Amino acid sequence: MWHGDYLFLIRNLVEKDFKVRYRNMSLGVLWSLLNPLIMMGLLTFIFTKIFAQAHDKNFPLAVLCGLVPLNFFTLAWGTGASSILENAALIKRVPVPRQVFPIASVLSNCLHLLIQIALLLTIIVAFGRGVNIHWLWLPLLWGLEILFVMGLALAFSALNVYVRDTRYVIESTNTVLFWLVPVFYSFSLIPDRFRGLYQINPVAALVLMMRNILLDGQAPLASTLVRLAIVSFGMFGIGMFIFAKLKNGFYSRL
Amino acid sequence: MLIEFQNVSKWFPHSSGRQLLRTHIARWFGSVHNEPYYALRNVSFQLEDGESLAIIGSNGAGKSTLLGLAAGLTLPDAGSVVVNGRIAALLELGSGFHPDLTGAENLVLNAALLGLSKRKTNELFDRIVEFSGIGEFIDDPLRTYSSGMILRLAFSIAIRCEPDVLLIDEVLAVGDTSFQEKSKEALVSFRRAGKSMLFVSHYASAVREMCDRALWIDHGSVVMDGQVNEVLDAYQGRMVMQQGL
Repeated sequence: MWHGDYLFLIRNLVEKDFKVRYRNMSLGVLWSLLNPLIMMGLLTFIFTKIFAQAHDKNFPLAVLCGLVPLNFFTLAWGTGASSILENAALIKRVPVPRQVFPIASVLSNCLHLLIQIALLLTIIVAFGRGVNIHWLWLPLLWGLEILFVMGLALAFSALNVYVRDTRYVIESTNTVLFWLVPVFYSFSLIPDRFRGLYQINPVAALVLMMRNILLDGQAPLASTLVRLAIVSFGMFGIGMFIFAKLKNGFYSRL
Repeated sequence: MLIEFQNVSKWFPHSSGRQLLRTHIARWFGSVHNEPYYALRNVSFQLEDGESLAIIGSNGAGKSTLLGLAAGLTLPDAGSVVVNGRIAALLELGSGFHPDLTGAENLVLNAALLGLSKRKTNELFDRIVEFSGIGEFIDDPLRTYSSGMILRLAFSIAIRCEPDVLLIDEVLAVGDTSFQEKSKEALVSFRRAGKSMLFVSHYASAVREMCDRALWIDHGSVVMDGQVNEVLDAYQGRMVMQQGL
């Protein structure tokens, strides 16, 4: 029915999100930098001064390696999941393929991610960790995370139309994830019998691999990488499938 | 043939306003039995090339649902809808606009939503701005526009994006008198170019002027399909009768 230009449309939707968001902020992109820095400072203070558990001078770096992927995941999943409801006016008037809304929503958060990645890499280098060959893995890792979040956003944006409580499920899950993704502790602290729980969590896998690359200068484990790839592609497929099943009901439920 | 509806039915869930978990759970356990609400029931009609069809009927008769199906916004629950050609729907003009973007930015975004390529949008940009008569305000944020200016911009984009069929839902009363004249002229020349329209309006004069045929629907079913004046006369006769009762 709709024979338009997908790329042109998605680019325009992403640009719209970006312009609208940053035109209403006097400090603009500075906010994207400030949030992870504050969190990094806060967690470092608590765990090196209050609990005084961590004596590693790399602790702030390890925290930032956890915060950047988790921040992106939380934000992109949340905004992506509400994208269909937010664009209800368009869904009911324009026959554009509905998939473009969650996809564009996740992509517009990528700019945010890019800024934070730039911050992360700058700080890593500033702390004296040099650039190493394994950095070449990073684009692939982040690409897989983006794909995974897109799958989630597709599935949950569609579910959100049918069950409006979905939003609260996402909020609660994100709170839980802050503790279950090793942001302020390392993998070595996790007891063996709980490792399985972390192995199936793609955000945790991403954090682990980023620390491998950026802090230890090692290539990511092939088995973890393969598992992340399977989960990401699988989630994207499942998201597309759920969305396709549910999208015809949007018109009568919005 | 541009549009063909065959025995089309469309129903809505009754609890459409409240999509909550507890509604769904109640339904799974069978404690709520909602009869679906029929917006359209067994509707069949065809729109030929170059023809203009008016859809008339009182509020809640199913006119908007019919346009929604023709525009491809949703699929019928029974029957089939076949559409050949590119459709531009003028349904609630300006619904895709964002107040913080400028007129020009909204124009490009709207064109992309209607399915235009980047090249085509650049090509048509000046003509759309010119037709809208918005002039130098095109680079101001949309929230500084009057409601008339917003509608003029939206109408200009839709009419200038060169569709095969226009779906029009009560939009002729757009802007001031001079813009109304201009938009009417644009529609007339659109028709003269051999293109088709599906037209919903409560203004009988506009319907007579713009359409050859009319389809009268009531409570989701077709009452009458025929030459525009005959259908309108019958429809207005019924309205007068109902008011007399």
